[in-house]
Order: sequence, then structure tokens, then C-alpha cells
Amino acid sequence: MNFSKIRSEAVSDWERFKSKERAHILVGTSTCGRAAGALEVLDALTKKIEQRGIDAEIAQVGCMGHCYAEPLVIVAKPGLPAIAYGYVTPGMASVIVDNCLLKDDPCLEFALGALEDNELIPTIYDMPRFEYENRLILRNCGDIDPQNINHYIANGGYATLESIFKMTQKGLIDCIKKSGLRGRGGAGFSTGEKWEITKNAPGKATYVICNADEGDPGAFMDRAILEGDPHAVIEGMIIAAYGVGASQGYIYVRAEYPLAVQTIQHAIDQAENLGVLGHNILGSKFNFEIEVFRGSGAFVCGEETALIASIEGRRGMPYNRPPYPATRGLFGMPTVVNNVKTFATAPLIVDRGANWYNSIGTESSKGTAVFALAGKVVNTGLVEVPMGTALRSVVNDVGGGVPHGKKFKAVQIGGPSGGCLPESALDLPVDFDSLTEAGAIFGSGGMVVLDEDNCMVEAARYFLDFTQKESCGKCTMCRLGSKHMLNMLEDIVHGNGKIEYLDLLTDLAADIEEGSLCGLGKTAPNPVLTTLRYFHDEYEAHIIEKRCPALSCKDLIAYYILPDKCERSCDACVGICTAEAIFSGKKRIKVVDQDKCVKCDTCVAACPPEYSAIIRVSPASAVPETEKRPEKAK
Amino acid sequence: MAQAKVKLTINGQEVEAKSGDMILWAALDAGIFIPNLCAIRDKDHPQTGCRLCLVEIEGYDKLITACSEPVIKGMVVKTNTERVDRIRHTAFELLMSNHNIDCKNCVQNGSCALQETASKLKYKLKPERLPSIVRSLPIDDSHPLFTYDPNKCVLCGKCVWACEQSGAGELQFAFRGIDTVISTLGGVPLVQSGCKGCADCVTVCPVGALVLR
Ligand SMILES: Cc1cc2nc3c(=O)[nH]c(=O)nc-3n(C[C@H](O)[C@H](O)[C@H](O)COP(=O)(O)O)c2cc1C
Ligand code: FES
Repeated sequence: MNFSKIRSEAVSDWERFKSKERAHILVGTSTCGRAAGALEVLDALTKKIEQRGIDAEIAQVGCMGHCYAEPLVIVAKPGLPAIAYGYVTPGMASVIVDNCLLKDDPCLEFALGALEDNELIPTIYDMPRFEYENRLILRNCGDIDPQNINHYIANGGYATLESIFKMTQKGLIDCIKKSGLRGRGGAGFSTGEKWEITKNAPGKATYVICNADEGDPGAFMDRAILEGDPHAVIEGMIIAAYGVGASQGYIYVRAEYPLAVQTIQHAIDQAENLGVLGHNILGSKFNFEIEVFRGSGAFVCGEETALIASIEGRRGMPYNRPPYPATRGLFGMPTVVNNVKTFATAPLIVDRGANWYNSIGTESSKGTAVFALAGKVVNTGLVEVPMGTALRSVVNDVGGGVPHGKKFKAVQIGGPSGGCLPESALDLPVDFDSLTEAGAIFGSGGMVVLDEDNCMVEAARYFLDFTQKESCGKCTMCRLGSKHMLNMLEDIVHGNGKIEYLDLLTDLAADIEEGSLCGLGKTAPNPVLTTLRYFHDEYEAHIIEKRCPALSCKDLIAYYILPDKCERSCDACVGICTAEAIFSGKKRIKVVDQDKCVKCDTCVAACPPEYSAIIRVSPASAVPETEKRPEKAK
Repeated sequence: MAQAKVKLTINGQEVEAKSGDMILWAALDAGIFIPNLCAIRDKDHPQTGCRLCLVEIEGYDKLITACSEPVIKGMVVKTNTERVDRIRHTAFELLMSNHNIDCKNCVQNGSCALQETASKLKYKLKPERLPSIVRSLPIDDSHPLFTYDPNKCVLCGKCVWACEQSGAGELQFAFRGIDTVISTLGGVPLVQSGCKGCADCVTVCPVGALVLR
């Protein structure tokens, strides 16, 4: 079948789906939506619609980015603007069917906003985040049914296949080079150059591998793309394969992503059936097949040489580079390894041109950046902004800032091997080079916001604990160096730190960075180095004063009930304390028995907010003298 | 095939080496010591795990592992700069902090690569800056020919390679992070593994982890 025929069939399928004559409903059922209960909502909608005999089409779509408001449902009914509903429960879903679909009540009380201009309610595009957002890599996520290749094609998908076959390999690679595209897997290497090296490297077979290991805790943009727009990745891989002359591709997905594995496999099958993938693609002489490889989900397997070892059936341990995979990769052959987002970008560049892409972003970082916003921020979820957007805008305008009136303290960027940047760094533009200069890395795009309640020493300890455990164990620096650093951090948060640790941490960090075999070791000290650089006073407070400024390290705090704030007749704290550490003292004022307190923090939550009588103090020795528990009550 | 020779400079001394040979072997052949634990001459992919062989090469920003970098004509290598020494001393201290230092009672005493490194580079065996991270893993003495003491193992991986080459391919790396060990497939005692008894693993072990009974 030729492509214009494929496309016209796809377009009519899409138009039928989008038809204004008939109601259609989208439910975000990516892993993030499912975790919030999207399948139950989908089920409720389906049943209710059937029960009421309504003619409506329901489609499951990928992540729309607004993960904080999930489950998300979009309803487009003839005569009403398309409306997005957030935090939908099965109960609300029934109400929406009855009131909105059956009658004409748009259920505005559940609405996040409309998706088109109208008289009734503001659109979601009026939210401040849309001033900054530019969804290129996530262009289709949440809009199309990822299981339906026609939706992708009708929205411009696979159109580049027609144009690349008219280009030479060199012409195609030059186009990618000229666009300035840099890999989204972390290091930001020029994609065009990587493809060129691979194409020119001697060797029979050439492979294309999509790196979807995504081992960073908290990062899920690659999963969202595979689940929400799998064909964009496939199309990108075909473009790369044509450019470098490869006929075999692999998608390395962690096995912990079952929905992503299933979605991408389904997409591959559909693409092969339509003839846009596989043998003689679109009647050309070009063959390219893709196999899904399920990784065992080790962080280090995201490192390209370890990933290749893993596909070859060996233990996922990094190898020395050079040789880089581009010259000697899978089975010893030249191999392109790119990130999911890198591949998903390639079709846009071929379609709209290198100059178009080159005009987005900054001088040295082109295009957009996708972040998974998490932690102490109002709008958690996926965001995509042009490179060069100020970090402050991402956190405050797109992310909605820190909730509950708390003070921002830091943002951890780039996953466990990234860095913690303070308030003063918020005016930095997000791009590869600025972040590296500030001590963080672009990394995978994890972005965790920390507020005044987060201890920065503990944050560093947390991330180093992760990388330490994920070290493949091969290289001395990483296996042992990061363990020594971790031990020191543990001493510090437990109040056993020594002041000479600070110099030793700095020295070891420098040596590990310089002496490690792979990127895991080289970047593992980053959280420690950045917190030492920007939050040195917190380290000193822990070590010298045994004080945790964030009042978070258990061994350095104590609980105290302010006598003049305690309501006395209320027994909430006494009742909730499982350690029986709180007793009623004189005049029924509650007192914490420090010997019994296990610092579980439950009493703080139990004390009614109008009293807020229980506070944490640090150092623990700063607790005022309190009355002792009467003998008999003991 | 006769291999072409190239000339390079190591620590100011002119050295001749086979083209394609790694710097490490060129240096050792010329009598210039570069500490190394994991390098194997015949191994295709150098392990580059111990990080002791790092050197400076003119024209390169980064330190380079001598065991993985082929010689090039005219190359200028330095193995004894302050920068090199700082990093490899740290690597050595790290290894020793995790090594059961018991030379007196060790079969390998006198022929141990750790002792050799310490004496040639004037390092102390016991790390000064770092506390020891003790491992107290059980010694595998199930095999009639040799024993394996994981508490002395430096995880160089030579035994894994030797077992692949001439043995039964029974040895492998297992676990991650600080818990990484060399283990038989399935973690069974050596005698229950498919070991054929070639004991090549013992021959290649640079320390006292794998020793004959
Ligand atoms: C410890 C470690 C983990 C990594 N994990 C990933 C990953 O999950 N996904 C990814 O695309 N790249 C990861 N990388 C980077 C890859 O090695 C490689 O550079 C990247 O896949 C190249 O793709 P790009 O050019 O599109 O960025 C990791 C690197 C290191 C050192
Ligand atoms: S000998 Fe080169 S890294 Fe071990």
C-alpha cells in the first residue's frame, strides 16, 4: 500500500473519532493514571454509557502531563466545548455521564478547564504553565490513542518516511547535525555526529538501540512516551536506521514497565502490518526490524556499554570507552544508542526542517527539555519547556511553586547523579551547559523540589545510598569510594560526624569523579558536592552543634510540648502515641517522656492545628527541662 | 603476521612497543612499573576495573587507564605525576580499606600484587585516611584443590576470565555495590559447581583470595 492511501485511511479513522456529531471521551490510562485509579474510572464510564445506551466513543490515551490531577478524563460532546476533568473518581464518572452526556450540564464543579475557547469556562491553556510549555517531544501524549496507529499517522506520523527515502544517508545526517539536536539520555552528545561516526565506522551489521532503561527513581518521561506515543519512537528509530544503514533495532525497556513493553510491542506489530516497518518499508529496498528487549531494571544498565553487555547476555557492567558503541558496540559492530526522547524528536526535525528546530532553545542547547516534576511542588507531572527557560519558571510557574506556604530550599536535577541547586541558582536557564556548570547535570530530566523541611545532608545521603547500591561493583572508585562517602554521611545524619569528614568527602569526591570507569561513578558524588557547596552550613550544624536545621534528622531532634499552647483537656497526642511516651503532667499539661519517645512524628500531626503545641527542637539537648513522669504511671 | 613497532616516550624514556599493544604492557616490558591488578594481556575487552594503572598522556585532558589504551607512535606518557599519584593512591587505599590485611598468615605473602604496589610506590598497606570496611564473608574451602576467601578479593575479575577461557565458565560477578562478590553460578560451594579443577583461577589471582590448599 502506498503512503497516501495509508494516510487517507488514517485520516478518515481519526475524523470519525473526532467527529463533532458524536460524544467522545478520553481517559488517561498510562501507568501514572492507573496508579491514581484510571482503570476504575474507565470501567465506570464504560458501564454507565452502556447502561444508558449512549452513543459515545471512549479511548484510552497516554499521560497528559497533569499527573497531580489524575485520573484525568476529557469529554467532548456535540454542542459543548471539550472539557478536561481532574481527580475523577468512579462516582464522579457516573455523574459526568448522567449530567453531561445525558443532559447538558457540563459538570463545571469537576472541570480543570476547557480544551478550546468558549463562553463557559476558561481553558486549561489559560493556566500559567502554558505560557512556558511547548510540547514537541510529548506532542501526541494524551491526545491520541497509542494503540491506534491511525491516530498517529493522521497527526502527521510516519510522513517523514516518504521524504527520507528521497534523501541520501549523508543528507539526512547533515540535517540532524544542522538542527543541533543533542541526546536526551543525559550527556547531551550531538546526535548527528553520533550517527555520522556510526555510519562511517567499518563493520558489517550496524544496530540502532533505543535506551528506555530509565532507572532514575522518580523519572518517568520515557515510560510516558512509550505508553502515550510509541510510534514517534519507532519512526525516530527508522530515521536513524536509514541514516546509519542499520537493519536491526532494539528497544531496551525495563521489565518493571509492563505497560510500556506491551504498548511498544503492539505498536511495532501494527507498524509492520501496515508496511512502515519491517521488510521493504513502503515498497522501498530498505529493511528495518525492531525487537523489544526487557532489561532487568538495573540503574547501571542504562549506561550504554552495560546496556549492550546486557543485550548480549552478559552481566550489565560498563566497559571502558573508547571504543564507543558508535564504532564498536553490540556484537562488536557499530551501534547507535539513543534515548527515547532523542528518537521521538527526530521525526519533527526531518518534517519541519533543521532550521526550525535550531530556532528553539539556546545557543548550545536546542529544542525542548522534558522534566518529571516531583517532590514539594504543587503541579507534579511531566513538563516540556524550551531549553533556556529559567529554572524558577519551571518550578514556580509551570510547577505552581512549593505547596502549603513552605519555603523553597533546593531543586535536585538530573536524578541521583545530579545535583541539588539552591534558591540562588533558580535564575539559571535550563540547558545542558548551565546545569553542568552549577554542579548538577541535565541527566534524565528528573526534577525533585525540596522545601525547608528537607535536610540537605539527608538528601545527599539518600541519593548516594541509591547510586552506591546500584554500582555494578567492577570499579574500585565507585564500589568503595562511594561507600566510604556514604558511611560518612550516615555518621553525620546520626550525629556522629567529625569535622575532618568535610575535607575528606571533598577529596574523595574529586578522586571518584576523576578516577571512575563509567558515568555512574563519575557523577555519583554530585549530590554531595553540590550540597557541600551550597549548604555547607547544614553540614557544620550537624557535625559541630549536633543540630539539624531542617528538624528532620531523627537522632538530632527531640519533641517538646509548649506548655502555654497545650490545650490540656485534649488528649489527642496521648491517645495516638504508640510508644506511650506522652503523659498528662501538672494541670493536665502534656509532657513528652524523652526516654520513651521514638520520634515518629505522629503526635505533631495529631495535635489540632489551632493549638500546634508540639514542636521539634534540635539539637535534642535543647529541649527545656520538663517534669518527670510520676513514678506510678510508669 | 609480524607486527610493526612504534616508538613512544614513557616518563621521558624512549620505549619501543608492538603496534596495537596497550601502554601498560609496553611500559612493563621496558621495566617501567605501572601498578595493575585487573589487566590480562590476552583479554579482548580490558577490564579497567581496578583503576590503578591510570596515567597521563600528552594531549588528553582525562587520565587514561594504561591497560586499555593502545600505543601510538610518538605518544608521550607520564606515570608518575602528582595527579596520577593522587588518584591511584586513593584507589589503592580504597582497595586496602576493604581487604583483610593479614599478610603474616597469607599464602600469597611475598608474591602479592598489593604488596608489590605498596613497596614500589612507597604506599602504606594500611590506609591512613580511611577506616576499614570489614567484610566477614565465609571462606569457601569446599574444594579439594583450592580455597576462596572473598574478604581478600579485590574483584579484579581475572578468575572469571580464566574460568571462561580454560575452565568450566563457572565463576562470575554477583550482586551489586559493596556486596559485589565473585561467585559460582547459582552461588553453590565450589565443589558443587561444574569446576573441572584446572585451578587457572588460582594462577591468575593477584592477591591471596584464591590459593591452593
Ligand atoms: C549510570 C548511567 C545510567 C544511564 N541511564 C540512562 C537511561 O536510563 N536512559 C538513557 O537514555 N541514557 C542513560 N544513560 C546514558 C547512556 O549511557 C547514553 O549516553 C545515552 O543512552 C545516549 O543517548 P543520547 O545520545 O540520546 O543521550 C546512563 C548513563 C549512566 C552513566
Ligand atoms: S589494570 Fe588498568 S584498570 Fe586495572
